[in-house]
Amino acid sequence: MVSAAPVTEAEIWQWLEEVPDPEVPVLSVVDLGIVREVSWQGGEAVVTVTPTYSGCPATAVIARDIEGALRAHGIAARTEMRLAPPWTTDWMSAKGKEALRQFGIAPPGASNAPPGAQAGGLVQIALPAACPHCGASETECVSAYGSTPCKALYRCLACREPFDFFKPH
Amino acid sequence: MNPEALFAFSLRMGDNALVLSQRLGEWCGHGPALEEDLALANTALDLLGHARMWLSLAGEAEGRGRDEDQLAFLRDAGEFRNLLLVEQANGDYACTMARQYYFDAWHHPLLERLAQAREPRVAAIAAKAAKEAAYHLHRSREWVVRLGDGTGESHRRMQAAAEELWPYTGEMFAADDADRAFVDPAELQPGWRAEVEATFARATLTLPGGGWMQQGGKRGVHTEKLGHLLAEMQFLQRAYPGAKW
Ligand SMILES: [Zn+2]
Repeated sequence: MVSAAPVTEAEIWQWLEEVPDPEVPVLSVVDLGIVREVSWQGGEAVVTVTPTYSGCPATAVIARDIEGALRAHGIAARTEMRLAPPWTTDWMSAKGKEALRQFGIAPPGASNAPPGAQAGGLVQIALPAACPHCGASETECVSAYGSTPCKALYRCLACREPFDFFKPH
Repeated sequence: MNPEALFAFSLRMGDNALVLSQRLGEWCGHGPALEEDLALANTALDLLGHARMWLSLAGEAEGRGRDEDQLAFLRDAGEFRNLLLVEQANGDYACTMARQYYFDAWHHPLLERLAQAREPRVAAIAAKAAKEAAYHLHRSREWVVRLGDGTGESHRRMQAAAEELWPYTGEMFAADDADRAFVDPAELQPGWRAEVEATFARATLTLPGGGWMQQGGKRGVHTEKLGHLLAEMQFLQRAYPGAKW
């Protein structure tokens, strides 16, 4: 069979599973939920990516890494940015959430609908389900912002260890 | 969509985000605690992301080949269209938080409205930015309460900051045709006022009175503070045009 595409889209998705997020390398870009579409256009693979946070400095690095990884598999590739609909942590894979937990980062629970939909724009920043170190459920927020825009800093009240919480978004 | 209104409007949105981001960036390394330094830097980064999206759109709408960088770094103060509020100096932490809270309480509901705009590029940027602005509002609101309902000293400073910045809040709701092409900001005023009243009540603060409001930023008439901010922000591109790293 003759095909314009040298590889299938499924193969490309598999290769993208091996591209780590530069800031949280236990997650692949696919686990993170930022790869929205893969297609073939005029002999090159086009990977449509959505940014996590607007100002995330990793966005440009991610695009470069994706293009580089696909070229290493011998195919021409480029990335396209897509803003809408905006990224949500609900697009993160179950495998990704488990990888976060094992890495010591509490994974996000379900995001609250659009946060502003609540009266008065009140955001309830959800609590992590459990301490990623000991599994205890009693934790406290140290800072709503952590080492990267996507994380908050928490402390476990049982084992007293600090940990990052990947914020539902 | 009238491209002139789109240019004017996205420039305003972009300049608000850019100038406030630059102000918050001035705190970097000077925050009262490490967590605060991180939070201010993260908020600044979100706003910088918003500025890039809005200014790119403004450049597209203008159609004269100016990109986000040229708009950010190669315009003089008289060409900036941000609100006077966001260019005001950082002052103490109460001033920074009062400025942020007044702005966030306007910015977040505005973005939520714009997320429903008929112009798809405006709607996409606004929907993205609104999610981040919700966090900003949550944080600045809690700081207003914490400082207002804190010690005698923190209360005194928070009240003084709230009053000092109050005359810059009216401009947020003064509309012209470029605004009305997207959303009439006057419609946001009752909700903003209710939000601020509820927070000030929790914070044991007195809502500032006085009807005199400063205006001009949206027409390019700024306080002298913007020139100093731009001198620092634009230095590199002015001294070494086109420099990249
Ligand atoms: Zn623990």
